Amino acid sequence: MVTYIIRRLIWGVVMLAIVSMTTFAIFFLVPRLAGATSDSLAARYVGRTANAEQVKIAAERLGFNDPLIVQYGRFAKGIVVGADYNYGPGVERCPAPCLGYSFLTRLPVWPDLLTRLPVTISLALGAAVIWLIAGVATGVVSALRRGSFFDRASMSIALAGVSLPIFFTGIVSLVLFSYGRPFAITAPGGSFTPFFTNPVQWAYSLLLPWITLAFLYAAGYARLTRSGMLETMNEDYIRTARAKGLTERVVVFKHGLRGALTPILTIFGLDLGLLMGGAVLTESTFSLPGIGKYAIDAITSQDLPKVMGVVLVTAFFVVLANLVVDLLYAVVDPRVRLT
Amino acid sequence: MTAPLDVSGTELEAAPEAVLAGAQGKAIQGRSLGQIAWMRLKRDKVALTGAGVVIFLILVAVFAPLIVGWLGHPPNDFNQDLISSETLAPKDGTGIGWDHLFGVEPVNGRDLFSRIVYGARISLLIAFLATLLSVAIGTILGVMAGYLGGWVDSVISKAMDVFLAFPLLVFAIALAGIVPDSAFGLSGDALRVSLLVFIIGFFNWPYIGRIMRGQTLSLREREFIDAARSLGARGPYIIFREMLPNLMAPILIYATLLIPTNIVFEAALSFLGVGVRPPTATWGGMLSDAVRFYTIPHFMFFPGMAIFITVLAFNLLGDGLRDALDPRAR
Repeated sequence: MVTYIIRRLIWGVVMLAIVSMTTFAIFFLVPRLAGATSDSLAARYVGRTANAEQVKIAAERLGFNDPLIVQYGRFAKGIVVGADYNYGPGVERCPAPCLGYSFLTRLPVWPDLLTRLPVTISLALGAAVIWLIAGVATGVVSALRRGSFFDRASMSIALAGVSLPIFFTGIVSLVLFSYGRPFAITAPGGSFTPFFTNPVQWAYSLLLPWITLAFLYAAGYARLTRSGMLETMNEDYIRTARAKGLTERVVVFKHGLRGALTPILTIFGLDLGLLMGGAVLTESTFSLPGIGKYAIDAITSQDLPKVMGVVLVTAFFVVLANLVVDLLYAVVDPRVRLT
Repeated sequence: MTAPLDVSGTELEAAPEAVLAGAQGKAIQGRSLGQIAWMRLKRDKVALTGAGVVIFLILVAVFAPLIVGWLGHPPNDFNQDLISSETLAPKDGTGIGWDHLFGVEPVNGRDLFSRIVYGARISLLIAFLATLLSVAIGTILGVMAGYLGGWVDSVISKAMDVFLAFPLLVFAIALAGIVPDSAFGLSGDALRVSLLVFIIGFFNWPYIGRIMRGQTLSLREREFIDAARSLGARGPYIIFREMLPNLMAPILIYATLLIPTNIVFEAALSFLGVGVRPPTATWGGMLSDAVRFYTIPHFMFFPGMAIFITVLAFNLLGDGLRDALDPRAR
């Protein structure tokens, strides 16, 4: 068990290294392959009025003239031990984990991410609770009453749900329930109140995004749970459990659902991990100031250190969520042994 | 040579056919797996509806210039005479009528119907090509991993893990955002379309790859593969002649189910402003324009419904194909 966790943690670090290298290579190589030079890249970050001399200084300051591997080394070192950055007036210390400085605002990326993380985590966790309960419950009931009216109705809704993109349902729900409505069920225009400031206001500001996001995922999870349950309820061990004289409730929940839950857990880990690293579409539809919105803004202004920061944070959450899920496997499914 | 028990030969030969063919006297036909699947699919009304809508949408996309030319409103033509100069909304609210089936856009009055029809081209073209790319990469690498095993398998499987950990959307947006307006010898719509096909297709292969790897792993242990090997068949023959026909069903199913995912992906990128550039009509781009005019609901209704109906049709068809080709997965 302990060696398993250690091995997984090492693989997680390797994976983050690979993700960061690939991201770095793509973002620093693709523009050059498309014909950009160090100077033309630097010109983006010094303002329109800058002369050639200023651009050259900026290119040097941002390190664009060094070979790619040196640039990456500097970035990786900053994450592990921190770094000293010379940005204009003087040398500044950027403590670990240093994800570099914005090319444009010259502010460090890491504190920026920390202030936006609560928004994204609130959004992702709240929606996850709703969709997991709603989706799994619908799926279980549908599977147990296969062919019933409830089954057919909920599966039709679920099929529609997986076919509706969030940026459409999001706008529609904003029009119906928020913009200029006297009984708006959510605060419009991307206001976010931290949980510890005012929990009621926090929930109010996130209610509509939660429901919209959860509906989309609940639809998929209901379909998955239903097919998983139908499959496990036909297993021999279910017949054994019934033959032992266990009550139907115990058979369904302790034997059936546990078996059907494993594939759902895998997908849940990936989904939640990816959402924690920025629910890009939800955040931009509802103008929530989270990691995803930050990424979009960074991309629009071509601020590469910010983009790198978001990619790494997301990958970190995915790796972490996968590890937690694999550990949970052993708890949920007694057939799984971690080695 | 005569048999010890001398029965008239013709009677014996006719007997089994006559019994089994029943009253109609038809000859017995062997049914291939494909024929059985086709029979099941023909009975599935829902899947057939999906297939009908899909074919209709493909025809609309292919003949977009004809349809639009017939109705006479090119997708990028302004119809400012229909727009109220004070509110910037269409004069009668929507502009819907025989002339403009879906009404007109606010501000410049472009015909929504033409734009939806042309949007179908971009949407389906990118989704089909990207799916083709994902399926090609996923099948090749998945089969390699499953068939060869050993270090090849572990390298490919780890690569799939890494790909799945990438924040796909952020990555796609960033990549679509940093490529300049003309690069790699292409420019305009051609560059954007090929860029989007590459990004969407290249990052979606691990899903197909995992399924193909699993299928290959289980096929590899089957008797007919052993039989082929013991007859002296080599790797390429086994993969292409023995395994690939058995992999066609899952490939077809997951390709059909990947297309709607890719349609939503393309729409999302256009919605976020990094898809095919305006003024070329895209459904996602139209939706993102419509957000600012939320008091004019028909503007967001038509592109939104276009995405919904298209994605739903492909999902229905994909589900039906899965039920028909793989009855256990029902």
